Amino acid sequence: MSAIPNGNSDAASNKATMLTATDLFCERDDRILFRYLNFELTEGKVLQVQGSNGSGKTTLLRILCGLNDGYEGDIRWYGEAIEEQVENFFSSLLYIGHRVGVNKVLTPLENLRWGCGLQQAVSDAEILEALVALGLRGFEESQCFTLSAGQQQRVSLARLLINPAKLWILDEPFTTLDSSGVAQLENLLRQHADAGGSVLVTTHHKLTVAELEILSLG
Amino acid sequence: MTTNRTTTASAFRATLKRDLLIAYKRKNDIVNPFMFFLIVATLFPIGISPDPERLATIAAGVLWISTLLAAMLSMDNLYRADFEDGSLEQLLLSPHPLYFMVLAKNIAHWLVSGLPVVLASPLIAYMLNLPADAYLALFLSLLLGTPVLSLLGSIGVALTVGLGSRGLILAVITLPMSVPVLIAGTMAVQQTLNGAPLLAYLAVLAAMLLASISLAPLASAAALRISIN
Repeated sequence: MSAIPNGNSDAASNKATMLTATDLFCERDDRILFRYLNFELTEGKVLQVQGSNGSGKTTLLRILCGLNDGYEGDIRWYGEAIEEQVENFFSSLLYIGHRVGVNKVLTPLENLRWGCGLQQAVSDAEILEALVALGLRGFEESQCFTLSAGQQQRVSLARLLINPAKLWILDEPFTTLDSSGVAQLENLLRQHADAGGSVLVTTHHKLTVAELEILSLG
Repeated sequence: MTTNRTTTASAFRATLKRDLLIAYKRKNDIVNPFMFFLIVATLFPIGISPDPERLATIAAGVLWISTLLAAMLSMDNLYRADFEDGSLEQLLLSPHPLYFMVLAKNIAHWLVSGLPVVLASPLIAYMLNLPADAYLALFLSLLLGTPVLSLLGSIGVALTVGLGSRGLILAVITLPMSVPVLIAGTMAVQQTLNGAPLLAYLAVLAAMLLASISLAPLASAAALRISIN
């Protein structure tokens, strides 16, 4: 239920605070998931949300994305209330949830054409390049129900390579990945943070990223 | 970073194209409601009477009821797969107005489920011995009415997509909204047969269509936000 504040390096590196949450409170089925939850996410940081099963990690991420409005408290995007700049926020956000957003009858290519096309103009060449980078060479034209869970996860992770969103919100992105996939995703997180982007991620996996902050729930 | 952001128009096209592609790859979803329409419409003459005179009087109603039932059967596919695989969340998180995204999905749905029924209706009308003067009225009333059914049905589906077992609840929500369309549609055909000008009833249906195009996707969008919550 407590956040670890880590604001002292901000002045030195001159990084802006992307996301600020103040006094978040969420109750579900008469059970308090969290209260007085405060944290901020600065550019170039990876914030790992930890907590036992059912402690509200997914709920917190969905609240921050605007998918869940059953909360009290204040969420700000670059210092301004998030409701007032939904469009800005959504165009800087890339969310990958438990359900990865990959349609089973479409091919990876078709899925990404739509998934990325919602946010930005994207060419087939870029998509193919990203799919190859994630080890899906040869599967570009297979329908997704023929792929394994890990491969489907990789299809949705390909969006990380294509979409230039500043803020990544990833819910358990490591679960179905094999060890090389885990290493690759950690690498992506590192590169994203180095480039000034931020990541909010839930995982039980031990992350080896330099700019890591940890938020513990429950 | 935002320089190559897509316009709402291209996101609309992308969504429309995606849904048509999915429909093309899941042919069952298209064929089932259409076959259902044919079966229901052909059962009436068997169950009531093969007498051409009697069939002629009920033809318009039979066609409209079959259309309504087929539309309800097809509705279930509209958001369910997207809800289950997480695509719906992505749609909600797009920077574009959800209204247009929902509208794109509704249009795609109508193109694959409503339009085939409209196109096949003259054939069934012939089988049911619909008087020749009423063909145009029937065809146009279905052409204006079926999109309304899709748009209204979408609200009900959006409201119930998060529920585990839906059963009849979808019908309970959508039927009351669909009945005015059914009345206007059958009246258009009946009254033209009685010599009334066709344009008056079509205008009513057209008004319903315009109202539902402008309002129903808003309601669907709000309902989707609640369902995903």
